[in-house]
Amino acid sequence: MADHLSPSLLRAIFAIVWKDLRAEFRSFELVSAMLVFSLLVILIFNFALELDIKTRQSVTAGVLWSTFAFAGTLGLNRSMAIEKDRGSLDGLLLAPVDRSAIYFGKFISNLTFMTLVEIIVLPIYSILYNTNLFQPGLLMVILLGSIGYTAVGTLLAAMSVQTRTRDVLLPILLFPVAFSVLLAAVKASGGFLNNSELTDILLPINLLIAYDIIFIAVSFMVFDTVVEE
Amino acid sequence: MIIVKKLVKRFGLKTVLRGIDFQVQPGEFVALLGPNGAGKTTFLRILASLSRPSLGEVNIAGYKLPQQARHVRASIGVVTHLPLLYGDLSAEENLRFYARLYGFTDYNSRITEILEMVGLETRRRDLVRTFSRGMQQRLAIGRAMLHDPDVMLFDEPYTGLDQDASSMLDVVLKTVAKQGRTVVMTSHDLSHAEELATRFDILSRGVIAASATQRQLKKTNLLTFYKQALLS
Repeated sequence: MADHLSPSLLRAIFAIVWKDLRAEFRSFELVSAMLVFSLLVILIFNFALELDIKTRQSVTAGVLWSTFAFAGTLGLNRSMAIEKDRGSLDGLLLAPVDRSAIYFGKFISNLTFMTLVEIIVLPIYSILYNTNLFQPGLLMVILLGSIGYTAVGTLLAAMSVQTRTRDVLLPILLFPVAFSVLLAAVKASGGFLNNSELTDILLPINLLIAYDIIFIAVSFMVFDTVVEE
Repeated sequence: MIIVKKLVKRFGLKTVLRGIDFQVQPGEFVALLGPNGAGKTTFLRILASLSRPSLGEVNIAGYKLPQQARHVRASIGVVTHLPLLYGDLSAEENLRFYARLYGFTDYNSRITEILEMVGLETRRRDLVRTFSRGMQQRLAIGRAMLHDPDVMLFDEPYTGLDQDASSMLDVVLKTVAKQGRTVVMTSHDLSHAEELATRFDILSRGVIAASATQRQLKKTNLLTFYKQALLS
């Protein structure tokens, strides 16, 4: 009979990511919802803000991050709801693995979905707003911002999914906490889009890196407590 | 195998379990019976390490909860009224996922063995969302037995099953019992419990109100025993 079986942390993380990607690429339930929502937000902004080219460039960073933040919340909520609705979260919690593996597995899956949506949204945005978004610096900022947003979002989604008002609760919890990441991401993105001096952009980039590390570390430490009754 | 001493569970000001003493010997099949709200699910969630006790001691397969929760999790298999499966994965993929989480490296033969045991070998590549409730519950039992646990915990496994699915589940549970595993099953369905269990404990208002083995019950029937326990 079974004694204490226990996979390594990396194997457990890989198993969770594999499961999430496999299920998602079969149903496209989560990514398609995030994508449609993102495109709608971009279109609404495009028609609502009838701006000249120069002004458009100045609002690009704000519009982009608003889009990513709203779509990201949708994805984070759904990703945890899938686990909760069929009791699968209990299935994960019953496995003899360190619970940080569950956090990192879900975090990597959520980040993959968010990045995928961003990869599709960026060229569409570039065409609609006539702005070149394919700058290495800007792409790096988008990745750093997404890491921080998803890191804290995965933790808060695990917390809010256990309540009856999960759909409403996640944005209420997430936006105030992720405000610092979003602010730094908007500043850094704006800096690259307006061709600012590197010294001006360096501070928000450093802040983004610091927020990423802090959010991942804090989430790693408290996830076990958050998911246990 | 399972030793629980003076277990108390509180949710805020509400005390759900009020000092439970409970012991299960290896190979015993205990049915934990009681009305809705008696604390059966809370008790089982504590045994499954999904919830922490407020007070008291819990020891399963030689490991203490919550201090040695990972060892306990490796020694138990849990089945609830929810399947704990992913609808967009096939039966085989679901088992493969859980096999990886339980640290299996060579799992293909074990998955085939489990699918044969629960009678789903021919549906191994079908998505779980196409399965009936009964088939999902059988696969859920297979998932719980994948790592060959010493202790099996069932929380209302018959909930939502029709007559045919219940009969098939009976067969699977009898197989589990014959394998010599220690089983604790919560239920408010006395007929299934009577057929399967070797001991019956009645949980009422957060305490074990009465306990009797199958042999002791031969003089009276389970329903009478259950009603008397609830009235006492």
